[in-house]
Amino acid sequence: MKSAVVTFPGSNRERDIMHALELTCGRKPQAVWHAETSLPDVDLVVLPGGFSYGDYLRSGAIAARAPVMEAIRAFAARGGLVLGVCNGFQMLTEAGLLPGALMRNAGLTFVCREVLLETASTANRFTAGMRKGEVWRCPVAHHDGNYFADGETLARLEGEDRVAFRYAKGTNPNGSLNDIAGITNEAGNVLGMMPHPENYVDDQQTSTDGRAFFDSICVAFAAA
Amino acid sequence: MIPNDIAITPELVEAHGLKPDEYDRILALIGREPTFTELGIFSAMWNEHCSYKSSKKWLKTLPTSGPRVIQGPGENAGVVDIGDGEAVVFKMESHNHPSYIEPYQGAATGVGGILRDVFTMGARPIAAMNALRFGAPDHPRTRHLVSGVVAGVGGYGNSFGVPTVGGEVNFDARYNGNILVNAFAAGLARTDAIFYSKAEGVGLPVVYLGAKTGRDGVGGATMASAEFDDQIEEKRPTVQVGDPFTEKCLLEACLELMASGAVIAIQDMGAAGLTCSAVEMGAKGDLGIELDLDKVPVREERMTAYEMMLSESQERMLMVLKPEKEEEAKAIFRKWGLDFAVVGRTTDDLRFRILHQGEEVANLPIKELGDEAPEYDRPWVEPARPAALAADDVPQADIADAVLTLLGSPDLSSRRWVWEQYDTLIQGNSLQRPGGDAGVVRIEGHAAKALAFSSDVTPRYCEADPFEGGKQAVAECWRNITATGALPLAATDNLNFGNPERPEIMGQLVRAIQGIGEACRALDFPIVSGNVSLYNETSGKGIPPTPTIAGVGLLADAGKMARIGFAAEGEMIVLVGAPQGWGSHLGQSAYLRDVHGRADGTPPPVDLAAEKRVGDHVRDLIGRGIVTACHDLSDGGLAIALAEMAMASGIGATIVGLPDIDPIPVFFGEDQARYLVTLAFDPHSAEWAALRAEQESLGIFAPWIGTTGGTSLKLGGARAISVEELKAVHDSWFPRFIDGK
Repeated sequence: MKSAVVTFPGSNRERDIMHALELTCGRKPQAVWHAETSLPDVDLVVLPGGFSYGDYLRSGAIAARAPVMEAIRAFAARGGLVLGVCNGFQMLTEAGLLPGALMRNAGLTFVCREVLLETASTANRFTAGMRKGEVWRCPVAHHDGNYFADGETLARLEGEDRVAFRYAKGTNPNGSLNDIAGITNEAGNVLGMMPHPENYVDDQQTSTDGRAFFDSICVAFAAA
Repeated sequence: MIPNDIAITPELVEAHGLKPDEYDRILALIGREPTFTELGIFSAMWNEHCSYKSSKKWLKTLPTSGPRVIQGPGENAGVVDIGDGEAVVFKMESHNHPSYIEPYQGAATGVGGILRDVFTMGARPIAAMNALRFGAPDHPRTRHLVSGVVAGVGGYGNSFGVPTVGGEVNFDARYNGNILVNAFAAGLARTDAIFYSKAEGVGLPVVYLGAKTGRDGVGGATMASAEFDDQIEEKRPTVQVGDPFTEKCLLEACLELMASGAVIAIQDMGAAGLTCSAVEMGAKGDLGIELDLDKVPVREERMTAYEMMLSESQERMLMVLKPEKEEEAKAIFRKWGLDFAVVGRTTDDLRFRILHQGEEVANLPIKELGDEAPEYDRPWVEPARPAALAADDVPQADIADAVLTLLGSPDLSSRRWVWEQYDTLIQGNSLQRPGGDAGVVRIEGHAAKALAFSSDVTPRYCEADPFEGGKQAVAECWRNITATGALPLAATDNLNFGNPERPEIMGQLVRAIQGIGEACRALDFPIVSGNVSLYNETSGKGIPPTPTIAGVGLLADAGKMARIGFAAEGEMIVLVGAPQGWGSHLGQSAYLRDVHGRADGTPPPVDLAAEKRVGDHVRDLIGRGIVTACHDLSDGGLAIALAEMAMASGIGATIVGLPDIDPIPVFFGEDQARYLVTLAFDPHSAEWAALRAEQESLGIFAPWIGTTGGTSLKLGGARAISVEELKAVHDSWFPRFIDGK
């Protein structure tokens, strides 16, 4: 699988996710600068974690208007896989590629801790290779991760099986509605998630539970 | 606008923090009255913070070299060789006063400043720590300060993208009016690509990089004259405002520029901004510097030369570049959206010349600005030592109750509320996060190498005996690093004291430095960087002497690293380095303070030879792969160390076969040089017998004191406490304190 990771000024987990992708998919992702207006020939584009442009406005709001976002929008429309993690999820909601918004954490402070994630849906191209209902360890690290959407949108997300990940067993760290940790678009080719599976992939890290997620993405492409 | 030709009155000199004899020295040095801008420059260069004028004499006595030391004190940060062509670059620095005035920005810019010190040398930051001391929990400002400082540390470090892997938080009424915020950062660099501040070459461009210059921070310490307040257009807070986003861009741009080969010299603008950075670059390279302030990027109108030279706006750098690489350098900075301006040049006349709007506003001898700064041998008195506790003075308490009291106390309770606000995982290399003995970060590109970090000092010991307290701070840091299995390499010191003009405070400083020096020599643990923060006073009373020591250790094989949690049930618990009765010293202990409200006795003495012998042995055992868990003993003694190991794992322990003496000092004594290790040995096995024999030959007493297992902690005949209860008490103090309950 060929992948690219977009770096914005203020991105700071791009190296982490490059490490995870290289480790699991065996191929080094290409780096794409935010000012570029086209994407290389890849299967997956990742918007990494961080504080793009400082996030002094709403998190992800300025990145959602970066030159590269038009290319990403077109790529998604063509069916390319777009993954937004943490700040990347915030960008996807700000760009309108995913519904809802990430508000300030209910506890008002930045929170970095391990949570339990339930793989709530496998009906998309990212989690198809994972086991539905499985609960796994994953860290979060964010200030604005409190997922909010109006009732109608929430009902649609649930009804269309688009909640990919949920905080499990009382570990919701931010007050997200329906314990939502990650959602997909209607077509299932755009996924946004707050937690950081990329920090739990190799043997020296606290856990390797995050591998299954990346393996699932890679396997989908190996089969395709 | 402040003109440059203001008459220099004695009041103005005093307002700049310069003593009359210091001013006479200036007159003798330049042979005329200084201009207003020049006076500002002198006050910035000759203040305590930049010149170390009270401490220099004593700092010189510290050991600062060693086979691994590439750069000791005197640069932006210390540099230590870690093999394979790589080096760790680190330093700790205080931001105490600003953090008390404006906790969020004060702490944030403290973190920003120390990160800049590290990447200025060409290193990518890989770990941060912070040592925080606050006033009494019930003091009306304390909660506000704790919340603000913690949010500020997190706000800057998280956004910049460096994992915070350790630190300290303590409370003491003596910090009510003067909290301490000591920030540490470490980075990785290639040993052949370390960048220094020494300028080389005449007529080369001096380049200003990063954020624009504003009036923030102008004369924080020195511009206190009321006469001039009403002439400044607007009164600005003296605390700078941090912008971690710009700093992150500055990091990437600087590293990219350094890799291009364009950089000859680099210096970040920290305290006294443009003044200090330019003077250091020139003076170190035996060159003059000429600056044209009209070229300095500014974010406010009508800034005067005085303001520009003293501004402490953040996220700025000064460099000397190879002229042929100027365009390449400019392109890199433009890419990252940062200012790039040639603001001056190097000269061969050893003068520091400042031009502003066609006028020369300063022309000073550059070497003398730094080198000829006053240096004092301030009078000091030997600190009074408290009496030792009488042998029969062993106040009693129920052991289980005392354990719970200590675990739920402000100083010993869990700091989870604090460190969950720090990104402890970013970069993906954190092997041990806060909550253990030391933070551990693996080194990218190696299968098993890692670095361990710890920051320590016990102010109540230093208060009772600055010499022993200084020794203990070094020993505890060394011990914490050792407890992971890492070899301690070197340390940085952040010396926080009161007013050195008072002989009793100066005595604390002198004796603490002597203790630090003695311990560092004995433990092969040189001081490679540091910072001195004096005049930390609350209504005439100094803070407890607080010489924070932050150290770095190297783990050759992270696969064998030890952690504090019990690993499994049924393992032997061995107390390595114990005195015959396991524990004996109650003077200045957490038990006396938190259970009995007493602050008396002498602190535990540190036997450095024993410290080294025991630590080297423990590290050896970890390296042999036979240690399943390890934890050093410190505040609260044996009982608290056991509780911490149990809480970290959920596995209980039973302690048996106590010495036939009063159990209080056994469990709560704070004797030094002790570690708990667990072994997956059969106590009747030959391997245990062999280890006992080995320890005997080394002169180390290491009794088998109990066994892991079950779900509660059983300390001899004391009431068993469930690990759940230990955790509940340990976890609850901080959130309750913050909620004001």
